[in-house]
Amino acid sequence: MPTDPVTRLLVVIPAWNEELALPGVLDELAELRGTASGLPPRTDVLVVSDGSRDRTVEVARERGVAVLDLPINLGVGGAMRAGFKYAYRRGYDAVVQLDADGQHDPRAIPDLLAAAAEQDADVVIGARFAGAGTYTARGPRRAAMRVLSVVLSRVARTRLTDTTSGFKLAGSRALPLFAADYPAEYLGDTVESLVLASRAGLRITQVPVAMRPRQGGRPSHGPLRAAIFLLRAMLALVIALSRPRSRQTQTRVAEEGAR
Amino acid sequence: MSVYATALGISFLTVAAIVFLMRSRRIREKYAAAWILLAVAVVVVGVFPDVLATVARFLGVQTPINLLFLVGVVILLVVSVQFSVEISKLEEETRTLAEEVALLRRDLEDGLAAATGRDAAAPPSTPTPADAPDADAPPDQP
Repeated sequence: MPTDPVTRLLVVIPAWNEELALPGVLDELAELRGTASGLPPRTDVLVVSDGSRDRTVEVARERGVAVLDLPINLGVGGAMRAGFKYAYRRGYDAVVQLDADGQHDPRAIPDLLAAAAEQDADVVIGARFAGAGTYTARGPRRAAMRVLSVVLSRVARTRLTDTTSGFKLAGSRALPLFAADYPAEYLGDTVESLVLASRAGLRITQVPVAMRPRQGGRPSHGPLRAAIFLLRAMLALVIALSRPRSRQTQTRVAEEGAR
Repeated sequence: MSVYATALGISFLTVAAIVFLMRSRRIREKYAAAWILLAVAVVVVGVFPDVLATVARFLGVQTPINLLFLVGVVILLVVSVQFSVEISKLEEETRTLAEEVALLRRDLEDGLAAATGRDAAAPPSTPTPADAPDADAPPDQP
């Protein structure tokens, strides 16, 4: 049964000190919304400033988009949960998470929406290794990503090739769950959230997207960090998979729904 | 002065320090309990050294003082794990509060913008967005 088409879409951009790259991303989105680009008629943008100490908030407000200004740095997971709460409480149908550094091409958002509608999926990942673009990872980072993909494909009962992508769509059934319980742990916003979603019976799928180089700021990983990433990714995966089905999660979802 | 007398002195000091901190409300009772229990146990061992020797013999520990060290290390371990649990809980609570603060600030901005009829820092919207889901129109469009 195909889901209802998304009519109210919220593009959530978690941003931590991204005053350099953010304006480009916002301008691109504004341009897309003005044209017949395949975006839903009601597409809003929300920038979640994750305790930024630069002009991220001002830059976003100057461009007229909604801003959540977190008083402290919570990490991507914390910023996204705030975004999901905002979307759920204001009655949006779907959330697309977009990086503030310009790596994700907003023009791929209609592809995510199309995949959600066609495959009745609740979570759609914009995957970087699935054919489009030239994004590659090397060494231990690549190995870790491969293991994560194999294990999570099994958990989600579908083929996933890029489980650490931050370019994702969450549909209406995923919103209450993510609004209530989106993990703030390291890799919680990627690996653990997928485990959470598939355990809640949500359908996950992916579409290939091309990645672009960052438009400003510094990349967050070097070779040593890649090795540490391997270890932490494995730990995050093992913990997420061994975690008991949480009664706490159900309570929080119920509380969030009662608002 | 025997080692037991030294232990006795240290544990009295510990109890005194904990009680002092509790009186000035700088630590809460639930954290103080563990330390007071520990200090009392050391007092008992200090006053009756034979208790330690008897328990050590019963458990098959050759040198009684090693039992003391073992128990001490285990207690410290338990207390630090308890602290990790408490810190994690605090972080989760802080995180929830931070999210709610940001969401409330946003609601407030919406409300102010609607009340003053001007676009302050936010796109046009109504004060109660939950009741009026179509309130926040795409901000960039006229």
